[in-house]
Amino acid sequence: MATNVSSQQSEATAMVREIVSQQNCLQADLATLSDDSDLYAAGLTSLATVGLMLAIEDRFDIEFPERMLGRATFRSVATIAEAVSELVK
Amino acid sequence: MIISDAATSAAVISAEPELDCAQLLARVHAIGSSVLAEHAADVDRRARFPAEAIDALRDARLLSAYVPRQFGGMGLDIVQTARVCEALGHYCGSSAMIYAMHAIQVACVVHHAEHSPYFRKYLRQLVDEQRLMASATTEIGTGGDLRSSVCAVEKHGDEFTLIKKAPVISYGEYADDILVTCRRSPEAAACEQVQVLVRRGEFAAEPLSTWDTMGFRGTCSSGFTLSARGAADQILPTAFDEILSQTMHPYSHIVWGALWTGIAADAVNRARACVRAQARKTPGETPLSAIRLAETDQLLQEMRHNVYSLATEYRDLLARGASGALHGFGFSIRTNNLKLSCSQRIVDVVGRALMICGIEGYRNDSKHSLSRHLRDAYGAALMVNNDRITKLNATMLMAHKEGY
Repeated sequence: MATNVSSQQSEATAMVREIVSQQNCLQADLATLSDDSDLYAAGLTSLATVGLMLAIEDRFDIEFPERMLGRATFRSVATIAEAVSELVK
Repeated sequence: MIISDAATSAAVISAEPELDCAQLLARVHAIGSSVLAEHAADVDRRARFPAEAIDALRDARLLSAYVPRQFGGMGLDIVQTARVCEALGHYCGSSAMIYAMHAIQVACVVHHAEHSPYFRKYLRQLVDEQRLMASATTEIGTGGDLRSSVCAVEKHGDEFTLIKKAPVISYGEYADDILVTCRRSPEAAACEQVQVLVRRGEFAAEPLSTWDTMGFRGTCSSGFTLSARGAADQILPTAFDEILSQTMHPYSHIVWGALWTGIAADAVNRARACVRAQARKTPGETPLSAIRLAETDQLLQEMRHNVYSLATEYRDLLARGASGALHGFGFSIRTNNLKLSCSQRIVDVVGRALMICGIEGYRNDSKHSLSRHLRDAYGAALMVNNDRITKLNATMLMAHKEGY
């Protein structure tokens, strides 16, 4: 069970990385960043977050509730993947 | 940081009740009618800096109105500052705009640098010398985007050098100090910005462009290539994106909206004078123009309420230390809506006032002339272009739901 959860999470993480990369919303090279790196420090703007949010909603067929629409959710690949995992359950 | 500062200044205000805002506003109106109004037409005609107005504001120590009392300032809050800007707007739009722009720069330092020893000393100096602050945010090559810079501050030990090509530095030639946005180092990305305080005597300004515009002619917003050097602690300790979202963005749109309201209110007052003249000619009858005046006054009230509603929300958020809310899309959208609404409304109100005044308002040589008001009014939608702001709101509204 635990393995399932974590494999689901790592799959989400890989997909989130791919979306962040496609969005071209960073000034730094995503390949040089870890899953925990601060995306805002890497050049993500709050406006670009909207495009990223829409792309993630589209790919995972989810809708972020208002409470998740903040910097805390979009701070890193890991935090986004965590939010996605919570919403796709 | 913003939390304790706002709380401190609020506490100081309540502890020293002698700050009487009504009394202060009466003084501002007195300066407005005796000095600003006196020179407004000449300032406008010659597109010259309103030196008499700024000197009078200095004499009244109004250049440090927003500086907390602990540094010797008046400790006004944003609502009170907006009222000062509105009052000035009645008499000379350019002087009011210069005052408002100065107030924005002061707020950036008060909110975001008050804990730096250098800036604590600077605030006291600003109070003592009534220094005028300007701003160099836009840059050639960034397409008007405040959130990216081409130029970078370069540190050499305890010193810095900085060169910026700024298409607009309002009253740059007359300012004592200029807050300049730039990248925080030559290696930094375009969005990794800081603000640097450059000071008269430590910068050279090579003219790039002139300022011969329809309105706000006295702001003398020419372009310059700015070459500056100074001490490294003149770099504000907070990242610019933080300063922009927490202070510069809301503060600008509130004080601009307030001074636009002042310009619109003066246009309505001129219209009222014309209506009274007509009413005196037809005793016992309410002239049609009086109905038009009543309709226009309703719009003016909406405009004013819009400004003070957001100013009050901002003041309260600062006092509560709710910096999270200031980052949120909701507050940012409301701030943009205030700018969009006021900048359109001022044209509407002044245009209606012109219809009421008729040829007396249309003349340049009449005491009811609305020429300057109308030309100033059209600038409001262009300074930070409304289309750009609408597009930002359109993007944010895809994510933001009202009522949260």
